[in-house]
This record gives sequence, structure tokens and C-alpha cells, in this order.
Amino acid sequence: MLIYVIRRIGLAALMLFGLVCITFTIANVAPSDPAALAAGPDASRSQIEQARRDYGLDKPLPEQFLRYVSDLAQGRFGRSVATGRDVGTDLARYFPATLELCVLAMLTGVLVGLPLGMLSALHKDGPIDHVTRIFAVSGIALPPFWFGLLLQLLIATWLGWLPTSGRLSVVTEPPDPITGLLLLDALLRGQGGIFVEGLTYMILPALVLSFPCLASILRVNRSEMVEALRADYVVSARAHGVTPWRIVAVHALKNAMLPTLAIIGLRWGWMMSSTVLVETVFDWPGIGLYAVSSAISGDFKPVMGVTMIVGVNFMIANLLVDLLYGVLDPRLRSA
Amino acid sequence: MADVLPVEAASAGVSGGRGRKWRLAAWLLGRSFSSRLGLALVVLVVGLALAGPWIVPYPDDVAGAVNLARKLQPPSAAHWFGTDEVGNDILTRVIVGARLSLLVGIGIMLAAAGIGVPLGILAGMSSGRLRETIMRLTDMFLSVPGLVLAIAIVAALGPGIGNAMVALVLVWWPGYVRLAEAKALSIREEPYIEAARVAGASRLRILWRHVLPNSLSPLIVKMSMDIGQAILAVASLGFIGLGAKPPTPEWGAMIAIARGYLPEWWWYALFPGLAIYLSVLGFNLLGDGLRDILDPRSHRG
Repeated sequence: MLIYVIRRIGLAALMLFGLVCITFTIANVAPSDPAALAAGPDASRSQIEQARRDYGLDKPLPEQFLRYVSDLAQGRFGRSVATGRDVGTDLARYFPATLELCVLAMLTGVLVGLPLGMLSALHKDGPIDHVTRIFAVSGIALPPFWFGLLLQLLIATWLGWLPTSGRLSVVTEPPDPITGLLLLDALLRGQGGIFVEGLTYMILPALVLSFPCLASILRVNRSEMVEALRADYVVSARAHGVTPWRIVAVHALKNAMLPTLAIIGLRWGWMMSSTVLVETVFDWPGIGLYAVSSAISGDFKPVMGVTMIVGVNFMIANLLVDLLYGVLDPRLRSA
Repeated sequence: MADVLPVEAASAGVSGGRGRKWRLAAWLLGRSFSSRLGLALVVLVVGLALAGPWIVPYPDDVAGAVNLARKLQPPSAAHWFGTDEVGNDILTRVIVGARLSLLVGIGIMLAAAGIGVPLGILAGMSSGRLRETIMRLTDMFLSVPGLVLAIAIVAALGPGIGNAMVALVLVWWPGYVRLAEAKALSIREEPYIEAARVAGASRLRILWRHVLPNSLSPLIVKMSMDIGQAILAVASLGFIGLGAKPPTPEWGAMIAIARGYLPEWWWYALFPGLAIYLSVLGFNLLGDGLRDILDPRSHRG
């Protein structure tokens, strides 16, 4: 077991190194002139030369790489050209909003995707199954930004049930930050009203964000469940008169848990990357919106910072899933 | 391609040969409602892309004519999808957008497969340092989700549809390496590879004549789905302003502008998005259906 854990952590460290390599390559090799990029879109020639010296871009690449790694290790992501603020500080401010949204979306995906997958498997090849199949493929095919706009139009504007965009209304004073997670902070400070208000603002973006994840959980569970329902132990349980729902909920569900876990691990990173679209639509003040607004104005460091954060999240989620797998499936420990 | 259909095995013992095989494939595809829907949507999109410039009701609007007298009109008999903020017919621009999206989607998929498949097969068939190098390089690109990486690359190269395509190819090829490598790994132990080697076939011939054709079925499924996903990715970059620039009739960029005209002029955002959704849905459902035909083991029961 220990060897398994060490191996997985080693792999994760390797991935982290790969991530550092790739962001370095994009930042320093891809653009025709990284100094011009670092100096900003409207820099003059002398400013560009100044930036070249300031950022050490006149040094040989290996030396720049070492410097880049040591900067990252100390949490230094550089400065935004547009605002002059430190990217690390900005990321720390925006990340909780994204985290909160992703957690809620992931919960939605699991809590809705699992039962729908079971339902679909129980009615295999029936009308319900066909409808859920189209629904599941739609989860991958629906452009999140368009889906978000439609929900805004329908539910927020026409029906008026939920607010259109933002994290809280302009007049509401947000709770003093403890964790930076608005819902949690509101609870900790005992401000129930703000908690409810924050939740209403989160429902639509979380729904849009959760849809692709929900769809893949649904599909995986359906096929696992179909498989399990044909297994001998299910047949014998049925012969003993166990009710279909109990068979599904107890026997088959256990088998579907591992693949679902794998999907969650993969989807966590992808979900975080699609916040660039969802946060843009809903004006959600997270790292996705930060990346997009920086990328459009040619402000490069924030984009690399967000890439780093999303990559690290992706890596950690995969590592955790691998480790959980090892705990839940003893066959893997020796692998 | 015909000789990779596993259904061949089913029809091999029976007389009839090729025609029969295709009929069986067509039957398998037509049997499921969602595959039929997928095929119909793909045929529709491809048809619109091919016939686009000749069937659009207002050819002048393709390049972005300005006709303020009829701007932002709701859907009507004259303008089925309404008109946009400079008076262009939205139906016209959605139809013309099909060609752009399809070309870009197929282009990204082909380029990614063109880089990834040879590398993957090479990695799967070789061992030692070459294999390690290819696979570690692949892992590096897979260490961060594609969309964010693509945005970072576009931010470095500068916005525009050309750079968006380059970025998407760069984040897309590793998936093909993984798939082709896994497939080649499982194939290389097969007796017929051994036989070909013993018969004196060169390494390149074995790769080209035996490994590639036998890895085709999962690749075809992935390619079909990836055309859809690439269309979606390009539209996403267009929407956030890093892809195609207006007045290019690109669906994502159209929605980006249309967003400013919500909620009052809702039809402007509705129809380009519907076009994206239906094309991506079509390619995904078709890919699903193809998987059922090409890989009998994955049959859903």
C-alpha cells in the first residue's frame, strides 16, 4: 500500500513538473517576443527593452527556467501589466468564488446524475432511457455559454425567479471574509439572509457548470448499472424476492461507485476550466472571469497564473481519486 | 476501411460479401433512434456547409452588409431567424457559419490526429527511450485541461481564428497519442503481427498495413466526436473574444455580440447557439452509433 501511495505521489509530482515546463514554454518560447508581451500591449521600444532586462529575458533559457521555478515555488506569479497588482494576491482573492461554484456544481452533478443513471438502466431501451440518452449527450453538446444565456433569459429575466448575474446584489454588504467562501462565511457569521441570497445567485451558474459533469456521471452509471444488473449475484437476489429498487440501490450502486469516483476526478479539472465560459456569462468574480478579461487585454501573467491553478487542481483531484481507489479496491494496491 | 468492420466476421461465413456487410452496418446504425438523429443532423450540417452560399436568402449579408433600415427585426416570413444589429439576416449568417465551423472542426481534428496517431503508434510499437519521451511529452500536455491551456496559448500568440485553431490542435493531439498507443500496445502481441514479421515485412509495412487498419475503429469514433467538440471549442473561444472576430459569421462570435442585445432581442443569440448545439449533438450521437457498429463488445446490452 505504501509503495502504491508513493508511486501515485511521484506521478503527481511529475505532472506538476510537466505543467511548469509547459507554462514556461508558452510564456517564453511561443510568443515572438516575450518581452513585448511582458511590457504590455502599448509599450514603446525602450519600455520593451526595460522589461527584457527587468524580467531577465535577456538571459539564456535554462537560467530563466530555474528562475521561473524558484519564483513559482515561492508563490510568485508576477505582476499584471494592466493593473499592476500582484497576480498571486489576485488569484487568492478570486479562487474561493470559483471553488465555491465548482463544489456546488459537483454536488449537483453527483446527486442528480447518479439517480438518473440508475433510472435509465432500470428502463433500458425504454422511452425513459432514450430521453436520458439525448439529455446526457446534450450535456456534452450544449455550449455552456449559450445555455447560461438562455437560463438567464428564461428564469432570471422572463420568470424573475432568480437573479441574473453577479455574486450578491449591489446593495448587500458581503460578510467579512474568513474563508473567502461566501456561503460558508455567511454561515459562520450567522447571517442566514446573506446565505440564502448568495445561494440564489449561485444556482444558475452552478447548474450550467454541472451539466457536462452530470451527463458523464449519468452515462457511466447507466452502463455500469446495466452491467451489474446482469451479474449472477443480482439474478440470485432477484430470485430471493429482493425488490428491484433495493437491488439497484444496494447491490448495483456499490459497483458503480468506483467509476463514478474516476469521473469526478477527471471532471473536477475540466469543470474548473469551463468556469472561463460560465463566469463570463454570469459575471461571477472568479479565476475564470479573471483569466478571460486578462487574456483579452493581452495581460499575460494572470492567464498563466490561472492555468497553473487549474492544472494543480486537476492534478490534486486525480491524485486523491487514485489514492481513494487504492483504499476501495484492494486489487490495485499491488499494481 | 471496409476490412476493419468487425461485422465482417459475422458475414464472412455467409455468402454475399461486401454489399451485405454494408447493409448490416446500415441496419445497425438505423436501428437506434439516437444514431438516426445523429446522422440526420450531421447530414444537415454538412449539406448546409456545402450548399451554403447558393441557398442563403440574402447573399449580400454574408460578408456583413449594413442595412440599418431593417436592423433587429424579430423572426418573420422574410427573415426566419430575424435580423441583427446592422440589419443582416441571421438565417443567412447562421448557414454561412456552418461552413466555417465545419471546416475548422474537421481541420483541427485532422491535424491533431495527424500528429497524434503516428506518434502514438510509434510509441506503442517501440520501447525504451523513444516510447518514454513520446509518452512523457504527451502527459505534459494532458496535465492541464484543454480549454484553459488553449486560452493561455492564444493569449501568447494573440487572438484570431488562425491562432485559436493552432492552440486547439496543440491541446488536442495528446488524446490521439494515448488512444493509438494503447491500441498499438494491444495489437503488437497478436499472432498476425508476429507472422508478418517472420515473413520478412519491414517495420514500416507492419505499422502501415497491420497496426493502423486494426486501430481504426476507436479512432473513427473519436474523430467523429472530436469534430463536434472542436466546433464547440472554437465557438467558445469566439464567444470570449479570442477566436474569430466579427463580422466573420462565426457562431460563437455572433453570440458574443448578441449577448449585448439580450433580453429584448433574444432571437439574435438563440439561433447561432442552436446551430452549435445541434451540430455538436449530431457528431456526438453519430460517434455513439458508430461505436455500436465498429465495436460489438461495447454494445449497450
